[in-house]
This record gives sequence, C-alpha cells and structure tokens, in this order.
Amino acid sequence: MSTGLKGWKDIPIGGMILEAGNSAEYETGGWRTFRPVMDKEKCKNCLFCWIYCPDSAIQVENEKIKEIDLKYCKGCGICAAECPAKAIEMVEEGKL
Amino acid sequence: MGKQVAMTGNIAVANAMRQINPDVCAAYPITPSTEVMQQFASFVADGKVDTELVTVESEHSAMSAGIGAAAAGGRVMTATSANGLALMWEMLYIASGNRLPIAMMVINRALSAPINIHGDHSDEMGARDAGWIQMYSENGQEAYDNIIQAILIGESEGVLLPAMVGMDGFIISHSIENLELLEDKQVRDFLGEFKPKHPLLNINKPITMGPLDLQDYYSEHKRQQAQAMQKAKAAILKVAKDYKAVSGREYGFFEPYKLEDADIGILTLGSSAGTTRFVVDLMREKGIKVGMIKLRVFRPFPIEELQQALSHLKALAVMDRSDSFGAAGGPVFSEVRSALYDLPARPKTVNYIYGLGGRDLGISPIERVVKDLQEIHQTEKIKELVTHLTVRE
Amino acid sequence: MATLKELSKREELLAGGHRLCAGCGASIVVRQILLAAGKNVVVSCSTGCLEVATSIYPYTSWRVPFFHSAFENSAATICGVEAMYQLQKRKGKLPVDEEIKFIGLGGDGGTYDIGLQSLSGGLERGHDFLFVCYDNGAYMNTGIQRSSATPLGAATTTSPAGKVIPGKTQYRKDLTDIVEAHHIPYLAQASPHNWKDLNKKVEKALSIRGPKFLNVIAPCHRGWRSGINEAISLSKLAVDTCFWPLYEIENGKLTINYKPKNKKPLTEWMKLQGRFKHLFKPENEHILQQLQQGIDCKWNNLLKREEVEKPC
Repeated sequence: MSTGLKGWKDIPIGGMILEAGNSAEYETGGWRTFRPVMDKEKCKNCLFCWIYCPDSAIQVENEKIKEIDLKYCKGCGICAAECPAKAIEMVEEGKL
Repeated sequence: MGKQVAMTGNIAVANAMRQINPDVCAAYPITPSTEVMQQFASFVADGKVDTELVTVESEHSAMSAGIGAAAAGGRVMTATSANGLALMWEMLYIASGNRLPIAMMVINRALSAPINIHGDHSDEMGARDAGWIQMYSENGQEAYDNIIQAILIGESEGVLLPAMVGMDGFIISHSIENLELLEDKQVRDFLGEFKPKHPLLNINKPITMGPLDLQDYYSEHKRQQAQAMQKAKAAILKVAKDYKAVSGREYGFFEPYKLEDADIGILTLGSSAGTTRFVVDLMREKGIKVGMIKLRVFRPFPIEELQQALSHLKALAVMDRSDSFGAAGGPVFSEVRSALYDLPARPKTVNYIYGLGGRDLGISPIERVVKDLQEIHQTEKIKELVTHLTVRE
Repeated sequence: MATLKELSKREELLAGGHRLCAGCGASIVVRQILLAAGKNVVVSCSTGCLEVATSIYPYTSWRVPFFHSAFENSAATICGVEAMYQLQKRKGKLPVDEEIKFIGLGGDGGTYDIGLQSLSGGLERGHDFLFVCYDNGAYMNTGIQRSSATPLGAATTTSPAGKVIPGKTQYRKDLTDIVEAHHIPYLAQASPHNWKDLNKKVEKALSIRGPKFLNVIAPCHRGWRSGINEAISLSKLAVDTCFWPLYEIENGKLTINYKPKNKKPLTEWMKLQGRFKHLFKPENEHILQQLQQGIDCKWNNLLKREEVEKPC
C-alpha cells in the first residue's frame, strides 16, 4: 500500500499526538460557502468577532484585527452577525 | 532473605502493595477483594505508603481515575472482583489501548447471575481479550510474587501494557497460609522508579491522548498492541529471572509437575493446582504415569512453550473454572487445544468445567479425570469432549 | 478582570483546523475557557462532538495536555490526573513554582446523563478541579437524540414531534441544582455571549481550591434547527428570556450576575429554533404556557433566594 501514511512502527504508541495544536495544518477553509469580508474603515477593533469566532480564525495583533484567516474560517458568519459596527459582510464564495 | 509470616492471600497482596508504594490507587469495594483495599487504606492512614488513595464511587470510576492517573505519569494500582471487573470492562480496553501499565489484583469470583461471591474464573476470563497481561496464582505466595512482578512486566520497554493478577476468591484470598514476604527495601530496589516518556502533567510539552482514530491509523495502533503483547513474553521471563535473584523463587509461563515421563496430564490454573498435585502423587504411587502443568500466564498465551511441554502426552485434560457457553469448551481449553493443533503428534485433549461459584474441587473429581484420561489413552477414543464436573445431574 | 484587548494578547490554546461544525457554540465556549485558564491546565473531555472534532488522529487542536478516555468518565479521569499531580507535588517531583489546574469537559450527555455518577463522585471527594458542562440540550454528536437537558416539547430524533406526541414530554433536569447539593465551594451558569462574565467565572473558579462547576449554554444550530450564525444571539436570548439565568453560588451564597431589564417572553427565543416549531400550533399552546410558567417560577425563586441571602 502506498497511501503516504505511516506504518505501525513509525508512529507513537497508544494514539498519542505529540505535536500540540497541529490541527493548524488541517485547513477547514474549504468548507466555506460565504466568506467574511471586512471593511477595515468601519472596524472599531472591539474584538467581538475575535472572541466569538468558533474557529480561532480571526487574527489579532497589537489589540487590533489583523485579518481573518481563511485557512480555517468555515464561513459561519457569527462575526458578521455580532459586529456592532457592521464592518463584516458575508459574500458568497463564487461571487467574489 | 525475606521473612516468614502467616497471612491470608488478601493481606499478602495488600502488603505487596504497601511495599510497591504505588503513586495512585483508585478502588471500590467488592467481595472478596474488599479486604485488600481496606488493609491498604489503613497503610495509607498510618503513613506507611505515600499513595494517593482515591475512594471512588464505582469500579468504572476506579479504572477511569486509574487511567487518568497513569496518563498523568506514574505507578497506578487497584483491586477488584467479578461484577466490579465487569463494570470496568469498557475501561480495560481503554487502559491497554492507551498503553498504560496499570497493575490490578483480581480476586477471582463468579459473575452474576445468580449472584455468588465465591471463587471462579468467569470474571478474569471474560476480560481475556482486553489487551491486559494476565497471570493466575495458586496461593497467597504466588499472588504476592506475581503482583510485584506484574508492575515491572507492564512497565517494560516495548511492553507498556496493563497487567492483572488473579487469585481465587475466598479459597486463597481468605485462607491463612505461611508465606515469605521480601524486605520492603528489596521490593523497592527491585522495582525502582517508573518514568513514563510522555506524561500528561508535563505542561511544557503538551500531548493529546485518546484521540478519535479512524480508518487511517486505528489498525496500526492495534498492531502495536499485538507487538507489545508479544514482547511481554520476554519481559515476563526477564522479570522472573531478576525476581528469582531477589526471592529465590522461580517463575515462568507455567510450572510442570511430574510431567516429563507422564503419559497423561492435567492442565490447570489457580488454587486447584494444589489438589491436583496431591492427586498426581496419589496416582503416581499406584504407578499411573500422570503429570500436571499449572498455567501461570494466560496472556500472552505461551503457545510454543506449551507445545513443547505437552507434545509427548497421549491424553490431556484441561481444567476450566469458567464456562464459555456455546463455545468449543472453556476458555483455557479452546486456547490449549488450538495451540496443540499444529503438532504432528499431539495428545487427545478433553475439557472439564469445574468449581463454578466456588464449588470445591475435591480429590475424587480429579481421580475421575485421571480415570477418564487413562481410558482415552488406552482406547484412543474420546467419549465426551467437554464434561461438566462437580455438578449434580 | 481581563479586557478583550488583554485577552487578545494571550496565546490561542485551541488551534484552528478543528472539525466542529461552522458556527458551533461549543468551540466558542472552549476558546473562552482556555483564554481565561491559560497554559497551565490539563483538560479531560468526555466523548462527544467537542472531543471527536478537536482530536482526529493524527491532528489535535489542543495546545494544552488533553485526554479523552470515554463518554461517562471525564470527571473520574481528570480526578485521577489530579490525584497523580497531588502525589507528585507532595513528593517534590514537580517544580514547586509550577501550579497546574485541572478542567473536565463534557456535553450535556456526558454530564447530565451518562457522566452524572462520575461527576458526583468527583465533586463529593473534593478533588481540586473545575468541571465544565457545555450544554446544547441533546446528544448532538450521535445525531440529536433527547437528553435530560432537552427542554420540554423540543423535537429531537428520539423525541420527534409526531402526530400524537408533540416532542419531548418531560421537563429538563436542573443539573446546576443537583451539583449545588454537593456543597462545593463554587458553581455557576454562564453563556458565551457574555464573555466577560464567563471569563470572570473561569478565573474565579480556578482560583478556588476544591471542586468547582460551570454549566455553560452552547447553542447547536444543527440540533436547535436555527441559523448557522446564531450561536451568540441565541445564547443571549436564552439569558434575556431567563431560560438560562446567569448566576453563581459561592460557598452557598447565590448571586445573580445578570438581570434583564425587560425579561423577554420565552417564545422570543423558541421561535428562532425549528425544534420548537410544532409548539406554535394552536393545539400545543398549553406546552408553551407550561414552559413559560416553569421559567418564571425558577427565575422568581432565584430572585427571592438572592434577596434572602443578601448580607444584612
């Protein structure tokens, strides 16, 4: 079998995963139907979108929204729904 | 050398645990194992051990907390019987699947229903596929010796599997016998410290344990377990050798008795070995060439070693202290008979289910087994493959 | 009390790339808990959506030590981990200045139902741990079966709204009340929409020694038959209707952390969820009334109790 997957001698025993947080390598952005598009002009950096994001997809730097990481964003639209400044719009992927 | 004492099997095991001084013990009382943890609790209360004793609300939680503690990183022990072991069933697989070398004393007792508190092997035999190393003890001395060795066997490099040690409920657990305890220091030096490679408590190197493992890797993890059980064979012999150096007592996968020149033999495990040995001596006086083999290790099952030890026999009786309803016989019988299958010449092998719910196996039922074996030897015919012994018609 | 700006500087301890549904309430709850707890925690989790979707081998989203053992034993498991910690601390095997906190997680199935005994045992024995139930009101992982946390009348796949039976026929169990009967030093109800309150409660809980409990509402749009983007708005409405009051009980004393200025009718929350749709038919009006009465009664009792327990 050449599945590219490791054999039993080459993986840690007992199903242990030794690399903490390695799901970051697994991109769930492909699930998305609607993409959050942020209007930085309108954004007040209240960080509500960040604290309510289920997918740890909103990047904050120096207390300000840096970007929405589309590698992980599944397009649920909670950020857009909760943004007090209405700075995020959900746009259908194909129509961008 | 250690010291001679008179104590019950349970108290001997509790003393083994005191000397082992495990990091965490989580247990729930159930007859006939209760006394072990009761005695151990008094060791904790008197400051004779360092152990964190977790007095859980069920055996399921006993094994769950034990698994949590072992994953956290350290030595974990518990004890149970019958329905308690059955309630742990789910967790037994999780302990072995996570490769956590927990050591457990099983004071063997019949499973309900009807409820019965006395000794048979239906509890431990029910757990034979759970991925645990399994050993059985003939008496309190063996139970004591086995549980100490179980710690190191399970923790051995390449093994990392949980181990359970059986001892017949009441028959051994509550009978006083003379036995020898090692000095505390001897036990502690023998065991040393256990340092798992990836403890959960290492917050600087966070790991995930117990993930969802689907088609991509589950088979690989099970293959590792199969390998670990294979490796356990060498570990059992290595630990036995080291233990002999400390205790002077010798252990292997099994113990043959007057077997070498025997024509017929009886394979048994647990307390009935004592009675069987007595009958073998009686028969030998009459010139009957019968021998006995007492199985100590049931998992990993010593296939090749048994083949070697049994191939010269003409007839063999396998004694099962539990039934496997609807199977080809009791669990020990199925394994032994299967092990012998590939031999070019093999003994005719029959099975006796006996002693359920603690029913006494006296001398006369074993004499009957010998008589049956003689007949099979002479006629080369098996009348009854599986016989329910010690039961009224 | 940390502000959002302060929290945003902390390390994100639940990595992206997990496979919970888009818009899942549970992951918001967990992110907020971990932000409050920080790195020095060990987490156990019962079998359920959260566990299966955040640790699919060979991937894990957890940046803290994480252990899933089985469905019904998250509490017993974390108690075992904690016991080993206490031993190692006592024997000087761990750094003296390194303090680790322990969090057990479970959904309502793993907490209200199959895991209740294990939780009760852990609370009674006094282990130093925080148990968090993320309550989405049904067995969502196996496909939306009723649990004892499912509200009266809700349709689930094992309590469907049929021609004869209008959804679940029993009231939900009040787990927070049951936990209180264990006389633990701290317990609370929280909601992810009120991140400030949830953050404060986690921080407070972890600063107290002994067993602590948090019951957190975690909307599930698949089970609730609601909008994919409504986890936060629905948890807020659950609080504003007093379906899910925010309160805490510290050493036996109750404090209500939020009192809606205008307590909204329960139907405001229910009408947004397909699981209650059949209850809006005229023949089921009595169920709506029953539900409202139950909510009012509980809320009034909380208010009265808080009043009585006020220091003189």
